[in-house]
Amino acid sequence: MHQLPTSILLIIALAPLAGAVLAGFVGRRIGRSGSHWVTILGVGLSCVLSFYVLYQLVWGGASNYNHNLYTWFQIGKFNASVGFMIDRLSAMMMVVVSFVSLMVHVYTIGYMADEENYERFFSYIALFTFSMLMLVMSNNFMQLFFGWEAVGLVSYLLIGFYHKRPSAIFANLKAFLVNRVGDFGFVLGIAAVLYFLGTLDYQTAFDHAPSLVGKTLQITQGHTWDAATVIGILLFIGAMGKSAQVPLHVWLPDSMEGPTPISALIHAATMVTAGIFMVARMSPIFELSSTALSFIMVIGATGALFTGMIGIVQTDIKRVIAYSTLSQLGYMTVALGVSAYAGAVYHLMTHAFFKALLFLGAGSVIIAMHHEQDMRHMGGLRKYMPITYITMWVGSLALCGVPFFSGYYSKDAIIEAAGEAHRWGAGYAYFCVLFGALVTALYTFRLMHMTFHGKERFKVVDSHAQEGHGKDHHHKPGELAHPPKESPWVVTIPLIMLAIPSLLIGYFTVGPMLYGTWFGKAIHVQQAHNVLAEMATHYHGAFSKGLEGFAGWPFALVVLGFVITTYVYIFNPSMADRIKRVLKPVYIVLDRKFWFDEVYQAVFARGGVKLGRLFWKAGDTAMIDGAIDGSTGLVQRLASRMRRLQSGFLYHYAFAMILGLILLLGGFWWFGHV
Amino acid sequence: MSAQLLQLICFYAFSAVAVGSALLVITMRNSVHAVLSLVLTFFSVACLWLLAQAEFLAIVLIVVYVGAVMVLFLFVVMMLDINQERMRENFIQYLPVGIIVAAVMLVEMLGLIGVRAMHASLMGPDPAAAAGLSNTAWLGQALYTRFLLPFEIAALILTVGLIAAVVLTLRHKPNTRRQNPGDQVRIKHRERMRIVKMDAERPQESES
Amino acid sequence: MITLSHFIVLGAVLFCIAVAGIFINRKNVIVLLMSIELMLLAVNINFVAFSRFHGDVAGQVFVFFILTVAAAETAIGLAILTLLFRNSNTINIADIDSMKG
Repeated sequence: MHQLPTSILLIIALAPLAGAVLAGFVGRRIGRSGSHWVTILGVGLSCVLSFYVLYQLVWGGASNYNHNLYTWFQIGKFNASVGFMIDRLSAMMMVVVSFVSLMVHVYTIGYMADEENYERFFSYIALFTFSMLMLVMSNNFMQLFFGWEAVGLVSYLLIGFYHKRPSAIFANLKAFLVNRVGDFGFVLGIAAVLYFLGTLDYQTAFDHAPSLVGKTLQITQGHTWDAATVIGILLFIGAMGKSAQVPLHVWLPDSMEGPTPISALIHAATMVTAGIFMVARMSPIFELSSTALSFIMVIGATGALFTGMIGIVQTDIKRVIAYSTLSQLGYMTVALGVSAYAGAVYHLMTHAFFKALLFLGAGSVIIAMHHEQDMRHMGGLRKYMPITYITMWVGSLALCGVPFFSGYYSKDAIIEAAGEAHRWGAGYAYFCVLFGALVTALYTFRLMHMTFHGKERFKVVDSHAQEGHGKDHHHKPGELAHPPKESPWVVTIPLIMLAIPSLLIGYFTVGPMLYGTWFGKAIHVQQAHNVLAEMATHYHGAFSKGLEGFAGWPFALVVLGFVITTYVYIFNPSMADRIKRVLKPVYIVLDRKFWFDEVYQAVFARGGVKLGRLFWKAGDTAMIDGAIDGSTGLVQRLASRMRRLQSGFLYHYAFAMILGLILLLGGFWWFGHV
Repeated sequence: MSAQLLQLICFYAFSAVAVGSALLVITMRNSVHAVLSLVLTFFSVACLWLLAQAEFLAIVLIVVYVGAVMVLFLFVVMMLDINQERMRENFIQYLPVGIIVAAVMLVEMLGLIGVRAMHASLMGPDPAAAAGLSNTAWLGQALYTRFLLPFEIAALILTVGLIAAVVLTLRHKPNTRRQNPGDQVRIKHRERMRIVKMDAERPQESES
Repeated sequence: MITLSHFIVLGAVLFCIAVAGIFINRKNVIVLLMSIELMLLAVNINFVAFSRFHGDVAGQVFVFFILTVAAAETAIGLAILTLLFRNSNTINIADIDSMKG
């Protein structure tokens, strides 16, 4: 057993930061290619070293790393330090983050080729990689929170990357505000950890976690709350914001205003899974409270089913995938809720690959369609862009959980775990995730069919007639200046690189990671509700598990979904409209996204404005200004009256003095002899 | 006993004169007469102080007040050309108010002081004589020992008053020429003479 | 038999006459100044009497200082009066209200 060298860990974290700083501050001087080279080198370095660290931990016999490197500040007994905790869980996250990030960096060269602020973009995504690595490598809550907020910041900056577009600014503000709600809970949760356990260091906190049992906290009059439940729910509220769980999910679909690589990196593969990672990391604490876990499970299940249903009616290709992300995050959360932390993290990993792949594929389609995102103007693209087509299919099948694809192993495990669980609300969760499989198939195949199959619903306008108008020329929807063509290699290479793990990684890792004890002590599950261990008893290898899948309910639902979509969108295109008419109420509910946005807009946004106006009018104008202006006015009025006393005549003053003397003497006389 | 009675008679006599002349001070039509009445008041009070064996202060009151301050008053009154009639306007109108205020104040004061209690306090032997000193020596010893610093400060205040009075009344007449010694000392030789260069020119021939 | 109260009552009476003087002669600055002198005199009588009856020298020392300060005050007061008369050709206080607020 040997120790991982600290220098390597530092390089992993700081190399992307160095790239970000270079691209951000001297980006203008080193130019576009300079910027992408420094950031790709930085991220590439940390990717390679992350693989090395994972290798060392799994096969090289290195022991887990947990050290503080730097003391940020110290207040009394409380010590805020920067340190790394590297075990298999964080090493896996590091690999996923740096690998997907590297792919996205390369892809961005192609996607952003024509954009302004190219250097700024690279600086942001490298900064994001740094922040995310700090988050997953952290060994204490403080640094976790730093990374948490830093990724939130970069997310905010990148959603509003097209800062001249009002909708983008609206979206980033929305993401920012909704995340504040979650972070509020998260900070309270961290505070509760500090209050009950007296430390923010992971290892110490986890060692002391069993002492939480029996402790209570009186929040409202007459109600005592179990300490572990309070901490668990508060921390999970943070995760709800970051991982876009119902009802704090509303920011994620809007975040698609950002450039597509960002949607892939931040809003699908990595940042939004930070909440999942966090809960898995805190498993020793969450394990203590069945109430908190039930809460998590119900929230996750609701998101898994209902947000997926919204995806069925979306027409914007990116939004479909965004809702799919919401739904998959719900699956992960359900896994957390049934104590199958390994399942959640495992799905997180496979999802990171295939969802990044789907987003980048969608981006590739968008490039080909000249930044047209509406699927109603696509169709039949498979013959124009074969690489994108094939890789997208790999991603889609993985997403739907078709046996032997990576998504199958993780997703099927979650569905099965939900079925096995005995926790309060497990039945509801099982229904949601199972039916969610059908929903997943519906929106996924609908997307594939509308985009790549069927008739071409766009026209190629004679490109020669359009010449000289430049790239900024706006076409009518569905009109293209050039026929769509396959994207350049910087785009397709990442697609292929992501398609490989999407296809294979499940098959090769499912045994140890999901059913084995691969994560070791990083994830703690109490024996009483260790559903994965139960499931492991009838696991006999990845191949037989894959074969089993063909006989399961989820696969049957996927096939059903495929049949429905194929019939509706390929063989009988008018069917879609007819279904829409027949199920009009349902369609409206889904199209309005269950009215979450409207309600929030009416209650919180407008309520906030009203409250602000009230404070402004009543508090500021009336009370504060009133008090200040009133007091000056009072003094002024008093003074203007009192200045008349200053007649300037000496005898008036003398009179006043003598009068005072008389009153003084009278007072002495009246109130007793002194 | 007869000496004490004589003292009492003297006290009442001088008090009557003092109060009467004080009333004259405030009611006299002519300011010169008022000043002279004040002089009389001071004289009679000085006599009362003599009765109380405060000889030094009695003499100081006469020498300093009557000899210097009152003469200054007289001098000012006579120097200024004051319209006596206008000064007396509304005199009758203000009289009742003045009397009421004075009466109220007197009643209050006497009530507060507790005249009856002090009636028992008799004049004992002269403390200066008891110490074997004259009043002047007794006062002087206190003044130059315990009260040396206040005494010096009093001297300073007098000096300041003197200078202030001079400065206030000093008048610079604009067309009198006076030496300024400060300027004379501060002058430099370069400033005594100035050579000005100018073109030679002929006086213009007048047209005729 | 002269008692302390004789002197005190005399002082009080003189003081009140001075107060009345200020009220009655509210136009003539010279009489005002003289009234102030009368007040000081009344105070001095009290001091002398208390000093004599209590056998304490401090009272007479204080009278000495009061005389000093009063002399200085009178000198400056009259100087101001002279200036006033020179500048506005009157000592009628009713005509002087430049301190009016």
